Amino acid sequence: MKVYVPSPLASYTQEATTVEATGSTVGELLDDLDRRYPGIRFRIVSEQDRIRRHIRIFVNLEEVRSLTAPLRPADELMIVGALSGG
Amino acid sequence: MKRPRRTASLRLLVATRKGLFQLQAGPGRRKWRLSGPEFLGHTTHHCVLDPRDRRTLLLAARTGHLGPTVFRSLDFGKTWKEAKRPPAFAKTEGAADQREVDHVFWLTPGHASEPGVWYAGTSPHGIFRSEDGGATWEGVTGFNDNPVCRKWGGGPQDGTPDGPKMHSLNVDPRDARHLYIGMSSGGVFESRDKGKSWQPLNQGCRADFLPDPYPEFGHDPHCMRLHPLAPDRLYQQNHCGIYRMDRPEGRWVRIGEAMPKKVGDIGFPLVLHPREPDTLWVFPMDGGTVWPRVSPDGKPAAYVSRNAGKTWQRQDGGLPREQSWWTVKRQAMCSDTAKPLGLYFGTTSGEIWASVDEGKRFSCIARHLPEVYAVEAAET
Repeated sequence: MKVYVPSPLASYTQEATTVEATGSTVGELLDDLDRRYPGIRFRIVSEQDRIRRHIRIFVNLEEVRSLTAPLRPADELMIVGALSGG
Repeated sequence: MKRPRRTASLRLLVATRKGLFQLQAGPGRRKWRLSGPEFLGHTTHHCVLDPRDRRTLLLAARTGHLGPTVFRSLDFGKTWKEAKRPPAFAKTEGAADQREVDHVFWLTPGHASEPGVWYAGTSPHGIFRSEDGGATWEGVTGFNDNPVCRKWGGGPQDGTPDGPKMHSLNVDPRDARHLYIGMSSGGVFESRDKGKSWQPLNQGCRADFLPDPYPEFGHDPHCMRLHPLAPDRLYQQNHCGIYRMDRPEGRWVRIGEAMPKKVGDIGFPLVLHPREPDTLWVFPMDGGTVWPRVSPDGKPAAYVSRNAGKTWQRQDGGLPREQSWWTVKRQAMCSDTAKPLGLYFGTTSGEIWASVDEGKRFSCIARHLPEVYAVEAAET
């Protein structure tokens, strides 16, 4: 499925802003993303599998906060560097 | 007149709040060429050259949005690669205090007999070890997973304004198993079994912000250094003064009492002379009232002692005489090994100052940089 990647992570995707990855949950998709772009997952998700404080993840414009959130093949996932003020 | 000993190549690795810069010294260390930024926008806490191969650099970095990591260069900064497995705590299921590394704060190359070994200190307090030149990191479980050690750092109010810091990782040059650490807060601790077990080492050191001013732990060391030629000699710039310890006695003696009362003995950095165990420099700051953390009275100066802290001399040649309200953070002052010794520091206002005559006179070699977190000399 299509994954939108924010500019802070573009160095991992060779500057691509949209990439493809697969998974039946957000966690599985991030694992697949990490296989394709090594190191990217830990910048998004902590060692305790929590989405980092200033990262937001949307599935079809709906925000998800858990890696167990289910995904369907037609979904689109958007990773966003959160507006953190200033 | 003695000719100054030449250094083949000297660079300053300047880690700042907004990226990494390098300053390359020209002949005689009179001119400097600034390059960078690299990793623009990353908060870089520490960049260190591996003295064992004089080629590998490690850089601790994070950004506002992304998690913490370590970058490695195997060609002295020409190219960089991210660690395959950066420092991270063990995953714990359902625990109330699931710890996450916020940032890697301190990097220390391992013992000379262990090429490729590095140690990292993190915020919150954690110690990590790499055995492959920083590519992959494992937690030092004797500290990270030890409930006794976890108590030493206290609660959320006991860290620095930017979080609790694990710093001042020192490896005894005589024994790779003998390690020292400093915790802000928590105190100074040592391990004689490569991190499996740890003991407090805080006797004689004040903690005047606690009900008992001489507790077993809970102190706030800002920077601690072991002298490489006299490894039984330790110096510490603490939240509550400047101290020296001579082992095996293991008791801190407050040597900052000899500093001028108007200046005091509070500060962050502490630099040792690589050839003279009795010579050290500090850079005092205002630690009175509400802790302004700026140069006392707006007049910055280094102080040097050449007799292990019995007496101190002010060194402010070339530095601003008034209205200078910056300070120098704990990793932001260092020396080279040339003769005469070069001293370097970076300020919270983004300036780099250098002295090539052991502190007699300083000159500003870079300005308008972001807030400087660390300055390390890299000699090849």
